[in-house]
Parts: sequence; structure tokens; C-alpha cells
Amino acid sequence: MSLIRLQNISRLYQMGGETIHALRTISLEVERGEYVAIMGPSGSGKSTLMNLLGCLDTCTSGTYELNGTNVSDLDDNRLAEIRNREIGFVFQTFNLLPRANALRNVELPLIYSGIPSGERKRIAMQALESVGLAERVRHKPNEMSGGQRQRVAIARALVNSPSIILADEPTGNLDSKTGDEIMALLRHLSDKGNTIFIVTHEEDIARHARRIIRIRDGLIADDSASAN
Amino acid sequence: MSFLLEIKEGLLIAWDAIRANKLRSALTTLGIIIGIVTVTSMATAIDALNKAVHDSLSIIGADALFVSKFNWEIHSEEEWIRENKRPDITLEQARRVEKQMLLAQAAAPRVDAQRSVWYKNRRANGVSIIGTTDQFLNTSGFSMAAGRFISPSESEGGRPVCVIGNDVATNLFQKESPLGKKIKVGEHQLAVVGVLEKRGSFLGMESFDNEVIMPVPQFVFSYWRHPSFAIMIKVRDVDKLEDAKEELRGLMRTARHVKPEDPDDFFIGQQEQILKTLDRITGTIAAVGLVITGMSLFVGGIGIMNIMFVSVAERTREIGVRKAIGAKRRTILLQFLIEAASICLIGGLAGLGITYTLTLLVSGVFPYFPIKMSLPVMALAILTSILTGITSGFLPAWRAARMNPVDALRNE
Repeated sequence: MSLIRLQNISRLYQMGGETIHALRTISLEVERGEYVAIMGPSGSGKSTLMNLLGCLDTCTSGTYELNGTNVSDLDDNRLAEIRNREIGFVFQTFNLLPRANALRNVELPLIYSGIPSGERKRIAMQALESVGLAERVRHKPNEMSGGQRQRVAIARALVNSPSIILADEPTGNLDSKTGDEIMALLRHLSDKGNTIFIVTHEEDIARHARRIIRIRDGLIADDSASAN
Repeated sequence: MSFLLEIKEGLLIAWDAIRANKLRSALTTLGIIIGIVTVTSMATAIDALNKAVHDSLSIIGADALFVSKFNWEIHSEEEWIRENKRPDITLEQARRVEKQMLLAQAAAPRVDAQRSVWYKNRRANGVSIIGTTDQFLNTSGFSMAAGRFISPSESEGGRPVCVIGNDVATNLFQKESPLGKKIKVGEHQLAVVGVLEKRGSFLGMESFDNEVIMPVPQFVFSYWRHPSFAIMIKVRDVDKLEDAKEELRGLMRTARHVKPEDPDDFFIGQQEQILKTLDRITGTIAAVGLVITGMSLFVGGIGIMNIMFVSVAERTREIGVRKAIGAKRRTILLQFLIEAASICLIGGLAGLGITYTLTLLVSGVFPYFPIKMSLPVMALAILTSILTGITSGFLPAWRAARMNPVDALRNE
């Protein structure tokens, strides 16, 4: 069975009396371990798709099955649980808590899943080690470089062993060299069997993925294997 | 996520947020500090006032009855005019009560006036002079510090002797013993035979010890020919106070030839009546005072609400991130409630500290005023401040908890 199955998903927004079709009818299946890039110009609906995949938003019609659970019509609190357990987010602007050090930032998802302190620290340390930041666990975000911050964010996304990792323009705020490092890290994680989505508008970045889905006007325009 | 863990996490986040905005937190807390200081000061002052009133009234004793011509509480001029027409209470009536009342342990007539008192070149002004009998000591429960009280035979005859209160003794006699000395009370010389034990003062102001007590015949002969007496009665059994009161009423009506259909032409008072009146007054002061001081706490609470709205708006993105990685509504709600409650609790504790220092200061300056911060007031203050935090933090916290994670994450 597929890890992700979207069937005839649509998402409408009401904006000042006008109805906007952010997504029209999207059907999509993704298997465990895939590395998928979602591409499209701004306004194409790729962010909406990502929000739906990440259970941050719910669809207007259609069904979304994630890891065997139909998440299309869950309430806020159940969705929060699903996000906590199944999804790891990596954002363009890192979105780390500024006053907390790296370890505490990575611990956060574990706090929300109720894992006791000692175990929490151990798992969080492991996650930080796996992104190569074992030496900087006590540093706060403003004491780290952009690349290091994004690594902390990736460690945070990994720490709960989620079903999917969703990276929204993960290199958008980084110089190209650091961006390459982050993409190498994501590639490495993919090789270890993680299911990864990256949302981007850069072809160079999308090429790192094995499958590229192109969105235009709320529809899947193209869904094909990556060139490399 | 367990509730306890959520609270612990909430406290950590709250502490972080308060530290991150030190000045803002301090200013917000100031509103709560002022609120708690005013409320607790008021409550403590009312406590002290109550205690002072009850302490002072305990001198009267719960087992005492008083007969007088006038009612203790006169509400109108007409009432006063009506009561003024009543016949005076005579010494004979007092004697009759003393002899005939079965439920009385002791009874004594009493008449009061004010005079200046001299000894050599020293003078005490505004001293109350009391004419009574040897039974006075039994009805009042006072005791002697030195010498003796008026004897039964002195009470009957007119010997110029007197017993003085402690303040009179210390004011007129510095080093020598007052016993056996002659003092001049108004126009007349009286020999001091005893000094009363000190009893203190009412609220640290009106002294109870500024008095000269003399036999009734001496008082009537020298100061006031036809006074209206009061009668002081100590009952045998405080549980039978009401029965005693009825007996006394019957005796007085017979002695004063009141017709069965006419109302009493005298008044019988007891401690309870004064207590009731005073409790009503202090109760009103308390209610009004707490409402007024409560306003300042309310204003402080609005300050908290305001700053919490700012805090929520500033941290919209943080809320979005927390929600994205699995925080539920309840978790976010709790986080901000705890933050508001923490600010208020800090303010409440600081306020308590200030009030405590104030009470120490006041009791240092006015040693007779029994002011002391009570445990219930402290507990109430802490509870109130936490409650203020939760109430005023609720709306902002609710707004944060209900935020849509997509919109919150998009917030710049």
C-alpha cells in the first residue's frame, strides 16, 4: 500500500466573495522512501499542496490517506498529533525558536509527544549528530550560521522518525555552497530510506530529487522521474 | 502529552518569555503589584480595625448588662427629645436592682462627668470622674494595681476618697506613690486609696485609664446633685443573659411604675449591641474599600491582557511552528495562560512583600494598633493574582490557541 494517496483532492478559498481554486483535482500516490520535488511558479498551488500533505490544512473535497489513516476530515487536535508523529517540517526561514539552544529546539517535537526528559535528550542528541552538529548543541540559533541553523531544523524534522519530511524551499535563504551541503544532507537522508518532499521553484534544486511533480493552475501538469 | 509535563513546559516557556522582555514584564507587573498592594493593605487594615474593636470591647465583657436613660443609638432629634423627657434613673432604682435581681452576680450604679485633676502643680485635663459603689469592681472585672478599691462603708457615706486610673497615676505622680496623697478633683480634695490596673486604649487613641472613681454620695454632693444614673450588672451565667435581661426589665418597669401598655422608659444595653453596630460599620468599610482597591487590580489585569495580546501577536510565527510540529490547542492555550499567571504571580508576591513591609512600618509607628498580615490575606492575595492572570490572559491565549497554523507560519 502506498504511503501517501491523494484522490481527487481540491482546495477552494473564499476571497472577498470570489472563489479561488488553489487545487482543482489532484490525485497522487507516493511510496515509502521516495524523494519527490514539487515544482511550480508562484500561485500554482504548490504551497497549498504542501500544506495539505503536511496536514497543516485540510482539503475541500477528496480524500487523503497518510500511512493508512484517512486524514481528510480529522479535527485540529488529531491533525496536531498526526503532524507530530508522521511529519517533519523544514522551512525556508528555518523557524527555530530564537531563545532556545539547538538541543532544545530539536527536543520540541519529543516534548509534544510526551517523551520523558532523559530519553528526549538522548534521541535529540542522536538527531543532531546525524546532521553533523554534535559539537554545537548548546548554541542558540543566533550563534550559528545559516547552514547550521538549517541542519538544526532538519534534525528537528527527523527526531520523531516521521513518515515524511517536508522541506519548503530549504535552500532559499542560503548561499549556493551551503545550499549544496543541505541538499547533500537531504540526499543522504533519502538514501537511508526517508521519504522526502521538497518544494522549490529552482530546477537545480529539484534535480536532486528522483521524481519531479510540476503543478500549474491547481493541477498536476507533469509527473516524471528526475533526469539524474 | 501529560498535563503535568505541559505545565512544566509552560512554566519554562513563560520564564523564557518574561526574561526576554524584562522591561516590559516589569512594567506590566507593576500594575499587578499596585493592585495587590492596595487590596492587601486594605484587607489588613480592616482586619486590624476589627481586631482593635473586638479587643477594646472585650473590656465590657459578654456577661455585662447596662441600664441607662438614653438609648445607645439615637437616630433622630425627635427620638432624643422623646427620650430626654424620660424620668431620670435614680440611685434608689439602682439599689433596688442590686438587692432584688436574682440572676445578677453584682450590680453597681454609675454616673460620669469630666473634670481636671491636680496634684501639687501638676494637672491632668479631661479626666472622667465616676461615682459608683464598692460593687463597681465586681461588675467591671477591673483589678487593682496598688492599694484597695472603695469599701462598702465608703460607698454609703461621703468620705472624700478615690481610686485613680493608671494614666492619672502616671501623669500626676512621677516618682512618689499616689497612695494616701490628696488630689484636687475639680473644686474638691480627695485622698487616693488605690490605683487601677492598666487596660490600654481604644484603637490606640482613647485611653481607658484616664479616670477617677469615687463613692456615689461624694460625687452627688460635690459635682452633680441630681444625675441620671446608669446601672452596671454582671450576670451569674452568661448563657442566661437573655433571661437576666428580662428579669432586669421587669424590675426596672416596676421600680419606675411603667404601665403595662406603655413601652420601656429606659434602655438595656449589652456588648453584643455595640459589636453588631461596629461590625456593620467595619463591614461597610470593608466592602467599599475592597471594591475601590479591587478596581486597581482590575486595571492591572487589563494591562496584563493588553501585553498578552502583544505577546501573542509578536509570537504568531512561533505559535505556527509549535503547531506545525505537534502542539495542540490546549498546549498553546496553557502556555499563554501560564505566562500571564506567572507575571501576575510575580507581581502578587512582590505586592505582598511591600504590604508586609508597610504593616511592619505601621505597627512600628503605632504600637497599640494591632495590625498584622494574616495568613488568609496572604493566601487570598496569591490566589487573586493567579486568578487575575488566568482571567486576563484567557482571551489572548484563546486567540493564540485557535490560530490556523498555515496563516501563523506565513506571518512575518
